[in-house]
Amino acid sequence: MISYGYHRYPGRLFVVEGTDGSGKSTQLLLLYQWLKAEGYHVFFSEWNSSPLVKDTTKRAKKRRLFTPATFSLLHATDFADRTERDIVPPLKAGAIVLADRYIYTAFARDVARGCDRAWVREVYKFAVKPTVAFYFRAPLDIAVDRIESARPQLKYYEAGMDMEWSDDENESFKIFQGKILDEYDHMVGEFGLTQIDATQAIRTQQRQMREIVNRYLKETLKEKAVPGL
Amino acid sequence: MKEMKFYGRAMPGIEIEPYSGKLIVIEGTDGVGRSTHVALLRSWLEAAGHAVLDTGMTRSILAGRGIKDARAGHTLGRLTMQLYYATDFADRLQNQMLPALRAGFVVLTDRYIYSAIARAVVRGADPDWIRSIYGIALVPDSIFYLRVRSPEELAGRVLASGRGFDYWESGMDLGLGNDYYDSFIAYQKLLLREFDRMKGEYGFEVIDASRPVRRVAGELKRSVARIVENEGSAANPSPKEVVKPEARVEAKPNVMPVVKETSKSAP
Repeated sequence: MISYGYHRYPGRLFVVEGTDGSGKSTQLLLLYQWLKAEGYHVFFSEWNSSPLVKDTTKRAKKRRLFTPATFSLLHATDFADRTERDIVPPLKAGAIVLADRYIYTAFARDVARGCDRAWVREVYKFAVKPTVAFYFRAPLDIAVDRIESARPQLKYYEAGMDMEWSDDENESFKIFQGKILDEYDHMVGEFGLTQIDATQAIRTQQRQMREIVNRYLKETLKEKAVPGL
Repeated sequence: MKEMKFYGRAMPGIEIEPYSGKLIVIEGTDGVGRSTHVALLRSWLEAAGHAVLDTGMTRSILAGRGIKDARAGHTLGRLTMQLYYATDFADRLQNQMLPALRAGFVVLTDRYIYSAIARAVVRGADPDWIRSIYGIALVPDSIFYLRVRSPEELAGRVLASGRGFDYWESGMDLGLGNDYYDSFIAYQKLLLREFDRMKGEYGFEVIDASRPVRRVAGELKRSVARIVENEGSAANPSPKEVVKPEARVEAKPNVMPVVKETSKSAP
């Protein structure tokens, strides 16, 4: 089994991370449009997207069957399917893969739920190390405001209600997001995440992102140059 | 009462405390007769007044159905499969096995983490990686490894059972042989080698399963009797150990006591 940091594929993997409401999905979408327009072969991979695991996750959320450990392991299962199906094959073929949330989301959430830091990192050891991992950092109050105004009703696990930190959903969500933010801050140095200030204008953030991504691109990655695709 | 011991670190939310039940593992490769022996042990233990929970792979409420569906499609990648099984195991451990053990049940498990480790390693997983994932497992009171001498013998049993060769049990995903038979033999041979390697590491009690069922069952009973009776519970049950035989838990794990977070898991 090849483990984190030892994958050598011709493609490029760019991932976005950050708390809910940090604006990372918007930024990834803009990056996608740009890369497409430039003529690159781009694949999109989202968190929680494995067809083999989707029904199980949905049922477990609805019936509240998760413990912190099974929440962690089922998401790892989903991520493994994504890796085997959507991430490694295009990278091998020399394409660009964009991932909305990656292993750092799991590290932040699972550790916030009480899972052991070293254990969670070990579980995800099979992951491909990203070319660049962007971390969109928004202060807690801004992220919380954005989410609460966009979604009047928070979901049970999203709000961290399973942890019984508070009976109040918004209060629980704030506690949970605070813990997640602490974990992200911890990981910036550990994994060399590229921090982007998510309070800046959308266009400013996108310009910074493109500038960094551009350093890792080359002509041979463009669509017409990818053999067999 | 015995202190809970885990191979690595216990899952969050699990209170590590002494338990009065017994965790007995029946391990072995496909077709070796594990489920037959679990059923025989169960009736025998219940007749002797012990409450029994039996469990096995893919029987979790959480992930059992998902794994079966994914297996049926033959589209399960190697890493995905191993983590799906780990999810299933974690759910059964936390919601079925540990509550039953705390309540004084004898837990009989048809396979435990060793089969999962063997299958993963045979499929090229890093042996340390899969072992650390299963560090969440409770160290059992006893592990009986039903061993046969050759994969050909297993093949004979699979045929005799009338169910024929299964895609995954034959390791067809590994491309080891041109047909189910050749693949089964090659795959089971690799598994047997992994089990033999784990014997010493985990302290398996090896049971020669090449003998007739009656003799294997006799040996298992004698060994299990030693484990469950060394505290005198069968001969002279203390009041809290008297559990009605119908008090089985596997059908409704949601009514089992679930131990909630304690202060230690708050980061």
